[in-house]
Amino acid sequence: MRDAGGHRGRSIAKTIDWSLVICWLLLILIGWANIYASVHASEPGSIFDFASRSGKQFVWMMTAMGIAGLILFVIPPRIYEGAALPIYLGVIVLLVAVIFLGIEVKGSRSWFAFGPVRFQPAEISKISTSLMLAAVMSQLGYRIGRMKDFIVTALIIIVPMLIIVGQSETGSALVYVGFIFMLYREGLSGWLIFIAGMAILLFILTLTASPFVAALVLAGITSLCICLYSGRFRWWLIICVPLIVLMAFVPSILESIAAGMMPASAEAAAEGVDAAEAAASAEGVAELPWISKIKPLYILLGFCGIALPFVTFHAFRERNMFTQLSLLSFIAGVALIFSVDFLFNDVLQDHQRKRIEVLLGMKEDPAGVGYNVNQSMIAIGSGGLFGKGYLNGTQTTYGFVPEQSTDFIFCTVGEEWGFVGSAAVILLYVFLIWRIIKNAERSRENFTRIYGYCVACCIFMHLFINIGMTIGIMPVIGIPLPFVSYGGSSLWAFTALLFIFIALNRNERKYF
Amino acid sequence: MKLNRENKLLIGLCTAAAILIAKLFSIQIIDDKYKLSAENNTMVYSTIYPTRGIIHDRNGNILVGNKVAYDLLVTPKEVEQFDTLALCEVLDITPEFVREKMQEYYRNRRRIGYQSVVMIKQIPPETYMKFAEVAYKFPGFRGQARSIREYPFNAGGNLLGYVSEVNARYIENHPGEYKSGDYAGMTGIEAAREKELRGEKGYNIWLRNSRNKIESRYRDGEMDKEAIPGDDIMTTIDAKLQHYGQQLMNNKVGSLVAIEPATGEILTLVSSPGIDVDKLANIGQHYKEISSDPYKPMFNRAVQAPYPPGSVFKLVNGLIGLQEGVVSTGTLYPCSMGYHFGRNKLGCHAHKSPINFEESIMMSCNAYYCYILRDLLENPKYGSIDEAMDKWNEYVKSFGFGQKLGSDFPSELGGFIPDSKYYNKVYRKGGWKATTVISLSIGQGEIGCTPLHLANLCATIANRGFYYTPHIIKDSENVTIDPKYKERHYTMVDTTHFPKVVGGMYRAVNSGFGSGGTASIAAVEGLDICGKTGTAQNPHGHDHSVFICFAPKDNPQIAVAAYVENGGFGATWAAPIASLLTEMYLNGEIKKERKPLEDRILNGNLLDRVRVRK
Repeated sequence: MRDAGGHRGRSIAKTIDWSLVICWLLLILIGWANIYASVHASEPGSIFDFASRSGKQFVWMMTAMGIAGLILFVIPPRIYEGAALPIYLGVIVLLVAVIFLGIEVKGSRSWFAFGPVRFQPAEISKISTSLMLAAVMSQLGYRIGRMKDFIVTALIIIVPMLIIVGQSETGSALVYVGFIFMLYREGLSGWLIFIAGMAILLFILTLTASPFVAALVLAGITSLCICLYSGRFRWWLIICVPLIVLMAFVPSILESIAAGMMPASAEAAAEGVDAAEAAASAEGVAELPWISKIKPLYILLGFCGIALPFVTFHAFRERNMFTQLSLLSFIAGVALIFSVDFLFNDVLQDHQRKRIEVLLGMKEDPAGVGYNVNQSMIAIGSGGLFGKGYLNGTQTTYGFVPEQSTDFIFCTVGEEWGFVGSAAVILLYVFLIWRIIKNAERSRENFTRIYGYCVACCIFMHLFINIGMTIGIMPVIGIPLPFVSYGGSSLWAFTALLFIFIALNRNERKYF
Repeated sequence: MKLNRENKLLIGLCTAAAILIAKLFSIQIIDDKYKLSAENNTMVYSTIYPTRGIIHDRNGNILVGNKVAYDLLVTPKEVEQFDTLALCEVLDITPEFVREKMQEYYRNRRRIGYQSVVMIKQIPPETYMKFAEVAYKFPGFRGQARSIREYPFNAGGNLLGYVSEVNARYIENHPGEYKSGDYAGMTGIEAAREKELRGEKGYNIWLRNSRNKIESRYRDGEMDKEAIPGDDIMTTIDAKLQHYGQQLMNNKVGSLVAIEPATGEILTLVSSPGIDVDKLANIGQHYKEISSDPYKPMFNRAVQAPYPPGSVFKLVNGLIGLQEGVVSTGTLYPCSMGYHFGRNKLGCHAHKSPINFEESIMMSCNAYYCYILRDLLENPKYGSIDEAMDKWNEYVKSFGFGQKLGSDFPSELGGFIPDSKYYNKVYRKGGWKATTVISLSIGQGEIGCTPLHLANLCATIANRGFYYTPHIIKDSENVTIDPKYKERHYTMVDTTHFPKVVGGMYRAVNSGFGSGGTASIAAVEGLDICGKTGTAQNPHGHDHSVFICFAPKDNPQIAVAAYVENGGFGATWAAPIASLLTEMYLNGEIKKERKPLEDRILNGNLLDRVRVRK
């Protein structure tokens, strides 16, 4: 056995975190069994039949074990830190190359095809980005609060993310947002995360609800923050809450006034023409009463505009940095709302807009996205407490649920194993992530700790988005469930991601 | 435990997991909605189709019955290699058809799974028996019996209507009542009484297992539902008379409607050319051919065609004149080959002059009715011609004209009777006078009425002043008709005026040849037929031949309206047709001396005269 530096240290049995390995083994076995369950009706045969997906998955599992062994026993863990940059750059090249050289699968160009073997570079990009982040952030003198360091870190995450968006794999790119938890652990200001979260919330609200609702939420949260900071929570309850609730009714009040004015103009138009025609022309812009031209958003901003100078004056007189920054963020938030609204409605082209609408679940396409979620929830919901029993699921095996061996594999778990089984699977993941975080924290090397958090973040994002999607609390974003979903490149990538951490962790334990 | 960032993140992790598990708990354990949907996904309902109700005529003869036909079902998963040509030979289909179908099933194999699909619909029993003998050679193919319509009488496709598979639009218009694959009456009686005829579908519930194979009956069939056959209905139609009317109208374009005046029951309703009943049972196969026929057999002229009524309408004007007092039985008017106004004239044919009211009907004098209409519209009783015109409109409408009569036959149209508003729009206010609209007097111009309207007019006169809304369904065991069909509708003309008109109609038929009566050809000894001819001018070709008659004069049994497009004079075609129908109904046969007339009518072909857009 070759070990880095030739020292033997403690034995393998004692240094490997076996609980992680067992967890991993359990998950891939669960995945394999459920892949068989989801395809056994349409592709009957043995679970080992290589023609079927379960047979292929068996091969992927065997090779994944090979990869795990390679990482644990052959590759010296010391090289990762030094190799991070070349690996990262190499993967970036692959990511770009796949856009031009890859084959198109379901509208996105993210797969390389070598004969029958297909491979998605976005999967290994999670590993390379994690290594790169760990390498950069573990250097001496690195401080995330320093602008230069922060920008470098942000670029490491954003560059692969943007390329993956360019491959039309928006779902995979979203996973990178998860690195923010690692950054938080490494000292990123909580406010920054809060502001980023707010920006995402405003973005989604502007598109799914309306700019008015987004602005209302923004005003509410900003005022809450200011009041909380200056210890005037009661003020907020007494003054701001009623105002905001009142404002929330403005659109419907305006609407009812406009509706009250409508018949008068419609009647004027109806002279000599029949009612249907009159109604049609009344709907035209020219016939609308003036009141419906008032947008509630402007009324709200008008009120805020009146309040703003007072608060600003107050903030500067008391030299209250926090209030000043809050006001600045409020203005930035309003700008964001307007620009998102403008970008979405006036700049984006139809097909791009549609993609976002589908992603956010704004447009339900009965044969597409909405159908999937509905069928998936039926399948999971029909499982009940203990499920229908292995291979006895009716929903998942008839093909009511699409993509059921890949992105919707959790349906099979939910239907055949019931609440008990699905909760157990979730708890298994929680244990895995928990254990990774604990090991990372225990580590003496920054590189290992940061890499461990990256692994935890990736697995968590996949877990939450994937399962959330199948039970209808997340929009449909096609990303696999780690270790469980069918697919070679995903299984290999996650196995490598996890075992590099196990190897790094083991390397330390050998000596301490 | 310190609340450092590590622990905050761990708390976040647990919260996220708790959210997932809580949602799982809600959809898997609390909410039943998803379990029910899943059961629906696994239960297979196989529909049992009910047999449709039988349609009887007024004497209990079956107008529309049921017979068995077979659908050929294929279960693609069970099909093995078979001799395509042998299958084609027994089923009388082409190998291309089979190949095309099999390819279609292969393309949709995932969707079809283990289910059966219909390959050929409505195979007649003779053909199916040939297949059944060799069916063992074709695994995966089987027949399924289905009841389809059968027509013992040639009662005309427009009257009976057809039954066909519902389309998406029909399902949408009848929310919750139909599913794709169901059949429904689309026209005629089938549509009018669809609710009674269709019956109620039943179903067997099967369970399929996770391999998509039918496994067992759900709860041993205890939740299954038997199909309830449709109710039989009795129509007012006289099957034999309808059949005879159909023959009389053969190769002519037009309508023949007969009503029993004492009840308003429709005895015969012929629209010619019609859909042959042979094609009716499987209309889908013939639909293209029928809808591309230039004579438009789908168009039910009897209730939908707005024709000018021609001289028949003089009866209405005469009755209004009597009621308004502008004319009486003794009024004499001269006729010098027409009615002259200014430099214009409305022409008339040669007959004696002057004539009185009864003679004006008997000889169908145009001028006489021009005088009546002029006096009606210029009646000083009314302030203006507008007012007089509207009064006239009101009178005419009280006979049922210008509106849907409200019969239970579907897709009836209302026709058109003009009023002052209409003429003010056409000629501007004050821009028209009695002579402008003088052709209304003889039933020309802006009048549109259906043959059903004319038959109803005839029944009204036969009843001496009232009518029952014409209808086609009789009370029977399971069906009660709307009480409105048992209400008398009186016109605005007093019943005392009607015998004067009846007298004219009697003389028109029974004065003998050479007397000047226009309808002598319709006379049948002993039947006392009263009638009125009409010759509706037609700018597009030959005049339309119109005739209405009822018989006997006292206590009338039948009122008939015949409208033959491009038939020329009323006496040439319409009068013989209507009188033959009347004779057949009252005597049950045609008198020997009228046989040559019958022959001429049965063999007459007027189709060439009709201008059609090919």
